[in-house]
Amino acid sequence: MNATFVYYFLIMVAGTVGELCVARAMKTVGDAKQFRPAAVIRVVLQAMGVGWMWLGLLFMTIAFFALLGMLSLENVSLVVPATALSYAVGALGGQIFLGERVTLTRWIGVLLVCVGVALVFLGRAA
Amino acid sequence: MSTAYFRIHIAILLLVIFGPLGNVLLGKGMKQIGPVLSTSPQQFARVLLLVVQSPAIWLGIAALLAFFATYMVVLSWADYSYVQPASSVAYIVVALLGRFVLDERVSLIGWMGVLVICAGVFVVGQTHPRTTERKP
Repeated sequence: MNATFVYYFLIMVAGTVGELCVARAMKTVGDAKQFRPAAVIRVVLQAMGVGWMWLGLLFMTIAFFALLGMLSLENVSLVVPATALSYAVGALGGQIFLGERVTLTRWIGVLLVCVGVALVFLGRAA
Repeated sequence: MSTAYFRIHIAILLLVIFGPLGNVLLGKGMKQIGPVLSTSPQQFARVLLLVVQSPAIWLGIAALLAFFATYMVVLSWADYSYVQPASSVAYIVVALLGRFVLDERVSLIGWMGVLVICAGVFVVGQTHPRTTERKP
């Protein structure tokens, strides 16, 4: 199997699952009251006590090494747009797993972003 | 403009700086290491050794850690399905960094794609950033 495809698949699946786990953990922790170093560190430490955060970090580590692998084979300008498929997966995952209501307007925005990224991808190939 | 709206978008601005910068630095570092076509334990150990010796990759990791810390905070303020599309402005930054820092060629179709992404981000920005209940 093509190495680029394997890396790409791992980035998409492990990356999205990881981000959803982290998002779920952060909803458990609650709002960060301020955007100051002490407040940020406190929120991060609180998040470390949530199981979802550790599961998220595991998946994101897998995605990170897959990203390094793909970046060793392809240009950044190809790899980054290629991973944009995660916008659709993410919006769907947010709706299904986090109970977020993704409105029609937001879906249209997500769709436009995907079309734009696809054009960027096609532009690279041209 | 509410304080919550303002702080969410300041955090998203930081996301679109740290994320692309990290990716570009990782790409630069991995290009210096060379193609990784096998994931055998020996190959993994060899590449890992080269990765930890690469200044570009360490700088990339630092930028991505800054991105991750900002991301965690902003996710506690707004929905994942709002933050992720809104932070797609990062593609403009990646295109600019690729063009002017790594001297990559970005075609007309590529730039058009970037503009369509901007339109998508604008539409996403018209929706309410949070749809789920806050923790009491």
